[in-house]
Amino acid sequence: MNFDLSEDQIVFQNLAKEFAAKELAPFAAKWDSESYFPKEVIEKAGELGFCSLYVPEEDGGMNLGRLDASIIIEQLSTGCTSTTAFITIHNMALWMLSKFGKEKLKKEWCPSLSSGKKLASYCLTESGAGSDAASIKTTAKKTNDGYIINGSKSFISGSGETDCLILMARTGKEGAGGISCFLIPANSKGIDYGKKEEKMGWKNQPTRIVNLTEVKVPKDNLIGEEGQGFKIAMQGLDGGRINIATCSIGTAQAALSSAQQYMNEREQFGKKIGEFQALQFKLADMTTELVAARHFVRLAANKVDNNHPEATTYSAMAKRFATDVGFNVCNEALQIFGGYGYIQEYPLERYVRDVRVHQILEGTNEIMRMIIGRRMMMEDATNLVQ
Amino acid sequence: MLYSAVIEYALNLCLYYKGIIFMKVLVPIKRVVDYNVKVRAKSDESGVDLANVKMAINPFCEIAVEEAVRLQEEGKASEVIAVSIGTEASQEQLRTALALGADKAILVQTEVEVEPLGVAKLLKAVVEKENPDLIILGKQAIDDDANQTGQMLAALLNYPQGTFASEIELKDGGIEVTREVDGGLQTVSLSLPAIVTTDLRLNEPRYASLPNIMKAKKKPLDVITTEDLNVDVMPRLNTLKVSPPPERASGVIVETVDELVDKLKNEAKVIT
Repeated sequence: MNFDLSEDQIVFQNLAKEFAAKELAPFAAKWDSESYFPKEVIEKAGELGFCSLYVPEEDGGMNLGRLDASIIIEQLSTGCTSTTAFITIHNMALWMLSKFGKEKLKKEWCPSLSSGKKLASYCLTESGAGSDAASIKTTAKKTNDGYIINGSKSFISGSGETDCLILMARTGKEGAGGISCFLIPANSKGIDYGKKEEKMGWKNQPTRIVNLTEVKVPKDNLIGEEGQGFKIAMQGLDGGRINIATCSIGTAQAALSSAQQYMNEREQFGKKIGEFQALQFKLADMTTELVAARHFVRLAANKVDNNHPEATTYSAMAKRFATDVGFNVCNEALQIFGGYGYIQEYPLERYVRDVRVHQILEGTNEIMRMIIGRRMMMEDATNLVQ
Repeated sequence: MLYSAVIEYALNLCLYYKGIIFMKVLVPIKRVVDYNVKVRAKSDESGVDLANVKMAINPFCEIAVEEAVRLQEEGKASEVIAVSIGTEASQEQLRTALALGADKAILVQTEVEVEPLGVAKLLKAVVEKENPDLIILGKQAIDDDANQTGQMLAALLNYPQGTFASEIELKDGGIEVTREVDGGLQTVSLSLPAIVTTDLRLNEPRYASLPNIMKAKKKPLDVITTEDLNVDVMPRLNTLKVSPPPERASGVIVETVDELVDKLKNEAKVIT
């Protein structure tokens, strides 16, 4: 067993770090305050390969593993959490198309999505179907040459600015088995976007309701088979959870670095505040928990890469743990900055606002506990954690 | 593979006779401490502490690679060869150069810390083997700031040199180099083969993309030794000590203009 990064991983890490430092970090505060969605920067990220990290080469992707992807995403999120989080959602949606889509549809969409020239939104959640995702009401009615889609999707990242929707809709009976997955061009007739939601964080990517009224979709735009949608969604989410957990780790690392630097500069009572043991202990705990969370995320990514039978449980545990740790580390870093942490001149309050949602989306941390808890109640469960 | 190489050779030959494409470019690069790292002198003053320090391609060398790759993309160069002198670890920086677009790489492997004259002698030997039409180097390395290698290489080879380039242009079978000199820009015209050293403003290097990083792994990287080139690289210089610059003292607030003038005259001695 070797816990060191490979030579390749170090090169990937350096590239992502440099990109984050030059192209993301200097602008993140401005994008946040102006709610500006930096599509041109995402396209630049796409030119370097960041928009198709774990998609096979034949679909224009980089063919990396989830662990490699996590190492890259972590560095990107040190520069801008919100932009990076969107890039990961795009990666996940593209992966669904690449893995389960038909050749014709893939030929049409994969090259431009892989290069970041076009962007994808992922549409599962509805106003009445959040944690209980299998209860979605959006319908896809079969016609002679395709489907007609009716319904409404909530909290859709990037919506109104993206080029296609990877959307879950009901083609059959109640429950998970009646759901199918579709690719719908974002400008299709009958699609109507709601107002931009006013959010606590992730402010630089638009979030809207997507209403679909009699939207016609050709039959080739069905991704996978009819009834396979929920399985695709859940499989995508294993990786999605690792990605979001990674965004918390990267942001927390940026917060930790800022706090450490500040403790070496700021003076009160005639000495550096870093000389107070109370703050040293705080920094020690933040560092310890962050390193633990990082390695948990990498472990889960490795399980997904190896198709480990418990990959879903590991992803859920890593997501719960890393997003909680990530939030706490950012929050404690803000505390170290005192009043300066609370004002927008410093990035700390933005870090806190941005990572807060990671405890909610891709399955709330309560849903993560449900997944883990159910698994742990099975007979052989204790073998899982050995 | 062989077939495509033959076609490429034939194509280059045709273009060569048409006078369109002819140039082989050699780019020497150096492995140095990353410019973001705050370096620390060793406590025994024998040098800079390199343990666990991030290393990178020297920024001026990276600019040299970028310029060579641009020449190739514009169809003005036929081949870009990166060469480095150093330990096995320098292969990392050569891979970076390959990922940025160089076609092949050569490592002259040595455990000795080679000084500029030694580097220039080794490069001369490489030039005699590879016969490049143009050699682009960084003007200096950010570790020792010697700023000597390009000039020494030009002298050893008896080639014309254009140092501190902020712009280069191929013209009438030669090369025009705009140089950043005190007080302005100077443009010189060199016949080929020639030596150019890069200044900061020549270009802004690209990122090595993930696909190009992967491709770079398949490009050829030859390793030779200083003995293969028959060059003696034993140090001629003796480093007495390496110590950090004195810590900046805190400033004082002066009460009056007279006091300020007095201090500038008598303490700082910057005016008379």
